[in-house]
Amino acid sequence: MDKFGSAESTKFDTYASRMMPREEYFTSGHRSCQGCGEALAVRWVCKAIGKDTIIAHATGCMEIVSSAIPQTAWLHPWIHVAFENTSAVASGIDAALNILERKGKLKGPRPKVVAMGGDGGTSDIGLQALSGALERGHNFTYVCWDNEAYMNTGIQRSSSTPFGAMTTTSPPGKKSIGQKTWKKDMVAIAVAHGIPYVATASPGYLFDLYFKIRKAVETPGPAYVHVLSVCPTGWRSATDLSVRLARLATETAVFPLYEVVEGRHRLTVEVPKLRPVKDYLKPQGRFRHLREPEIDFIQKQTLANYELLLQKCKSPFPEFAPIHLPQVG
Amino acid sequence: MAQKMTAGKRIGMEVSIAVSYAVQLSRAEAIAAYPITPQTHIVEHLSSLVANGELEAEFITVESEHSAMSASIGSAAAGARTYTATSSQGLALMHEILFIASAMRFPIVMTVANRALSGPLSIWNDHGDIMAERDIGWIQIFVENGQEAFDHSIMAFKIAEDHRVLLPMIVNLDGFILSHVVEAHELLDQETVDRFLPPLVPYHRLDPAKPVTMGAFAMPELYTEMKMAHQMALTNSYGPILEVWREWGALTGRHYQPVETYRTEGAKVLLLIMGSLGEVAETAVDELQALGEPVGLVKLRLWRPFPFEELRKAVAGADLVLVCDRALSLGGGANPVLAEVRSALYPLAVRPQVLGYTVGLGGRDVQPADFIKMLRHGQAEAKQGPSQEFFMYGVRG
Repeated sequence: MDKFGSAESTKFDTYASRMMPREEYFTSGHRSCQGCGEALAVRWVCKAIGKDTIIAHATGCMEIVSSAIPQTAWLHPWIHVAFENTSAVASGIDAALNILERKGKLKGPRPKVVAMGGDGGTSDIGLQALSGALERGHNFTYVCWDNEAYMNTGIQRSSSTPFGAMTTTSPPGKKSIGQKTWKKDMVAIAVAHGIPYVATASPGYLFDLYFKIRKAVETPGPAYVHVLSVCPTGWRSATDLSVRLARLATETAVFPLYEVVEGRHRLTVEVPKLRPVKDYLKPQGRFRHLREPEIDFIQKQTLANYELLLQKCKSPFPEFAPIHLPQVG
Repeated sequence: MAQKMTAGKRIGMEVSIAVSYAVQLSRAEAIAAYPITPQTHIVEHLSSLVANGELEAEFITVESEHSAMSASIGSAAAGARTYTATSSQGLALMHEILFIASAMRFPIVMTVANRALSGPLSIWNDHGDIMAERDIGWIQIFVENGQEAFDHSIMAFKIAEDHRVLLPMIVNLDGFILSHVVEAHELLDQETVDRFLPPLVPYHRLDPAKPVTMGAFAMPELYTEMKMAHQMALTNSYGPILEVWREWGALTGRHYQPVETYRTEGAKVLLLIMGSLGEVAETAVDELQALGEPVGLVKLRLWRPFPFEELRKAVAGADLVLVCDRALSLGGGANPVLAEVRSALYPLAVRPQVLGYTVGLGGRDVQPADFIKMLRHGQAEAKQGPSQEFFMYGVRG
């Protein structure tokens, strides 16, 4: 895999698709919806993490579409236990690898550990287990597939659903504009744990996603990558617009692509001239009911957040003093 | 410390500490636990054994019992010998994951220091916690004293990891009444335990060299068959359980049976108990037999898989069986052990009358005199026909 570039490389634009790994670890034949941005992201994340990796997956869309007995789309060693505990399962795997390695029971290189879950499984029901695992410093990477609602159960709102979006439990009505709250900032929560690597990524920018995942898995200790996963079914968008929408999310600053290395923010995809958020909102049926005042609010709030992010990127001070624990024993 | 101990020597220590030595001697490799009274002394001691390098293991200080069981599944799936311990609310918080651990056939060993469930909050002993987890598909046993707790904590690994079994196992010991008392224990040396309990050979594990998908989901065409497979695995674990107990008996001279009896020969009235009530009930039986009364005692050790035949044998010839539950099935007609015993005896053409008593809830002390009172009450009720589905013994006011 080294021929595809070191994880330290940041010159992504020198890479071409034909230079990316041809090996597939998330195979075709799974049951995801047409145009699923998440399945595309999973496929590329699986390429980036390489063969020697163990995956723990939360209950959710990607688990359901890929693992009906007796079939599986996963060529990695893969385990699903429940919805809210994937980080704890990954903790157990990491601990087992530690002791098996110390006892000389591991054959071959020590596998990397990757936990995956949807936005509900990450920012709602799985937040406690995730926080515990990040705090304990397990050597694993958590990848959040953020399709911005509980799509698997029929498009219910989560804390990651954007303001104004229509879901089956945040329906617009005479007394409601849809989702009433602003999207929970999971990335900031991850950063607040003082972990060495945190990033956002998108299937609209595959090289960026690929190298962030490589960095994440190669960083010792916990890493967190938050992947925007366009969902035509839940977002009420055309199935051939998924990559376009993923790019629009970044081009409008709704979902900026950045990384936080040892507490230092860095924008990885710079957008010379931001597009208005309505370019992103308009192709999506879930925002169809929004009127000018709400769209204006979203525009202002998005820009304000983006400005803060740019300030963080420019700041000479990291979010936290990097924690390098002394080795004992 | 445990390595220096020689077999045959009885050493006084807290039962929780003896259990932690059993886990150390079993060379547990991954321990995930969260603090809850009265299980804490076990994991505190294990934690210090790991911190001092006396036990080569990973101790995962999880942020909840839900994560303790989840991390245990992770470490077992990756191929490490896995142990955890909990009580009461902690066990209840694990509830969801307990079914998955057994359905995925991971040989996790767990001590449950039995404690009442809230509310009201009570840190003291009864069996309400484990009875709520009756149907989780684990092998479940109860122990009567510290020595049994030590013995069964080692045997549990051997049973669970047997490739004919591959099921997680719970060793129940009464919170405080056992967990926090100092008793004399005969420990084993490391060499003996190593001979008895070879290293874990995982049936399958998460390994990039041989990738497997674990925890896939079942459509209606397959779910029933998978549950049947689980049911068969648990029922079929019976033989291997007895094998391991026999081997232990030959090794240590301490023999265990799924159902144990005390002075039941010729007894017409039987008490049936589980756990630490055994020794107290023995005293009551001794007192009554001294008065010439034909009273005996049945102790149920193996709770899952339920030993139907042994139970039927143990009560054969009796006219009356008083089943003592340390749990309450609210709004129901029979508490868990009572229901199981009645169900086991119902198909028999000739069967004793079975009465149920709820005793010792939330740490309420049960003494020999209580068993005698219960017997007197039961005999009267049996004579006139029971006035209630079951009785709550010792309710004040």
